[in-house]
Amino acid sequence: MAQVISPLPGTFYVKPSPEAALYKNPGDPVAIGETIGLIEVMKTFIEVKAEFAGTFSAYVAEDGLPVTAGQVLAEVVV
Amino acid sequence: MNIERLLIANRGEIAVRIIRAAKELGITTIQAYSEGDADMLAVKLADESVCIGPAKATESYLNITGVVAAAIEKSADAVHPGYGFLSESPEFARAIEEAGIKFVGPSADTIERMGDKVAARQAAEAAGVPVVPGSKGRIESVDEAVEVAAKVGYPVMVKAAAGGGGKGIRIAENEDELRTLAPQAQQEAAAAFGDGGLYVERSVKSPRHIEVQIVGDGKKAVHFYERECSLQRRRQKVWEEAGADCLDEETRDKLCMAAVALAESVNYRGAGTLEYLYDESKNEFFFIEMNTRIQVEHPVTEMITGFDLVQEMIRVCGGEPLSVSQDQVKKSGHAIEVRLNAEDPFMQFLPWPGKVESLKIPEGEGIRFDHFMYEGYQIPPFYDSLIGKLIVHGKDRADAISKMATALDGLEINGLKTTVPLHKSLARDAGVASGDFHTQWLEPWLEAGNLKPENT
Repeated sequence: MAQVISPLPGTFYVKPSPEAALYKNPGDPVAIGETIGLIEVMKTFIEVKAEFAGTFSAYVAEDGLPVTAGQVLAEVVV
Repeated sequence: MNIERLLIANRGEIAVRIIRAAKELGITTIQAYSEGDADMLAVKLADESVCIGPAKATESYLNITGVVAAAIEKSADAVHPGYGFLSESPEFARAIEEAGIKFVGPSADTIERMGDKVAARQAAEAAGVPVVPGSKGRIESVDEAVEVAAKVGYPVMVKAAAGGGGKGIRIAENEDELRTLAPQAQQEAAAAFGDGGLYVERSVKSPRHIEVQIVGDGKKAVHFYERECSLQRRRQKVWEEAGADCLDEETRDKLCMAAVALAESVNYRGAGTLEYLYDESKNEFFFIEMNTRIQVEHPVTEMITGFDLVQEMIRVCGGEPLSVSQDQVKKSGHAIEVRLNAEDPFMQFLPWPGKVESLKIPEGEGIRFDHFMYEGYQIPPFYDSLIGKLIVHGKDRADAISKMATALDGLEINGLKTTVPLHKSLARDAGVASGDFHTQWLEPWLEAGNLKPENT
């Protein structure tokens, strides 16, 4: 199991926009460089990308809630 | 003073600024804060504080019901909205008024009227304030567009009457171009909005951004001269000055008196700013919009006039008449403000919400630093990146620029990346020194690689 870590403090989102589908669902394949989530920091949105390939397990951080730098956002089975 | 308990419905540096002004007036200050802001400086400085919800602005600083409830709970008799957030929300102003509380700003109706582009343009025209010349209403044909263009003067901008979002906009330099471009704009407008109606107006090329500060008491208004804020990045002001040295006395006078006429014609109460585009080559100015609140860059005006605008707006919104008449407003010297953001200017201005490890603030005559930092403070990531404003006052523009360069050298903020290097570079730039710039100047300057570590 590998962990996707937040690079910055901010607000975490699991969808590109409120109406859109989740970036990843459990069981989805994950490729290196693929977007897993979004961090809103000071009104700027930064994409969080996977640094390894595998199968998406689950989001650990909750959608729309504050996260700290280094916090685990999601888990991927590699 | 008719206000005894003031709720500050904002955060950051402007909350600190409002608390200081209110305390000097003998008012009890109540700071509203989100869960993400519990340790901010304004909470420490205020007499009382009240939590208004989670860090997310939509659930705290933008939550009208929550802020009104906090004002009632704390028995506030007035609310200061600062800038941004709910400061220009007519719904918020109305909810505050309906709760029997004074809103430190104009009436909800005035906010609504000046917030509507068409209504604001009509109010400006009625008060004799020049607006960008254009067609009276929608036009249907190319011949009609040519007729209007001949009256307003080329270059002209053709845009969809129904539109928005840049769809259907074309700029024509002359009649031939207009005859080619107008049908294209019409087609694009019809495709995007199901309406081929057009609107034609003068295209102001490379305009300078000039604005006039006014304060009104509901009957009379006075101006506190103009500011120039042409150095912008992504439509955000970066460096602001008072006054605008590009104006001659006659134009300055017209610009300022037009602002007073518009403010009085709408019975304006509180502090407000009229924004203009200024076409230097033709010495013409055009009203674009009115901001019905105190602005980030108000300190430069305070530096050259010696008036405390935040105190004045609190007084008039408490029901007092203006404390000053127009002939008492004098200006001296030149002031510059730079906006310090927690961003890395060498990394596409990436936000950098770090912890303030140490802080050294420059001091001296004519130097002011408005901010909300203290050593050990963690800048929260939930709000905009403005962490402070460095303001200097010199005997003239050249003196102010040189003072800014020195003040920036004396400023140290450790623990985060800031836009200080950008300002150091601008303070030493020949283009900035010459004053030969406009609203489209800074972005190409950055793209051309003028910001280098060795220039800071």
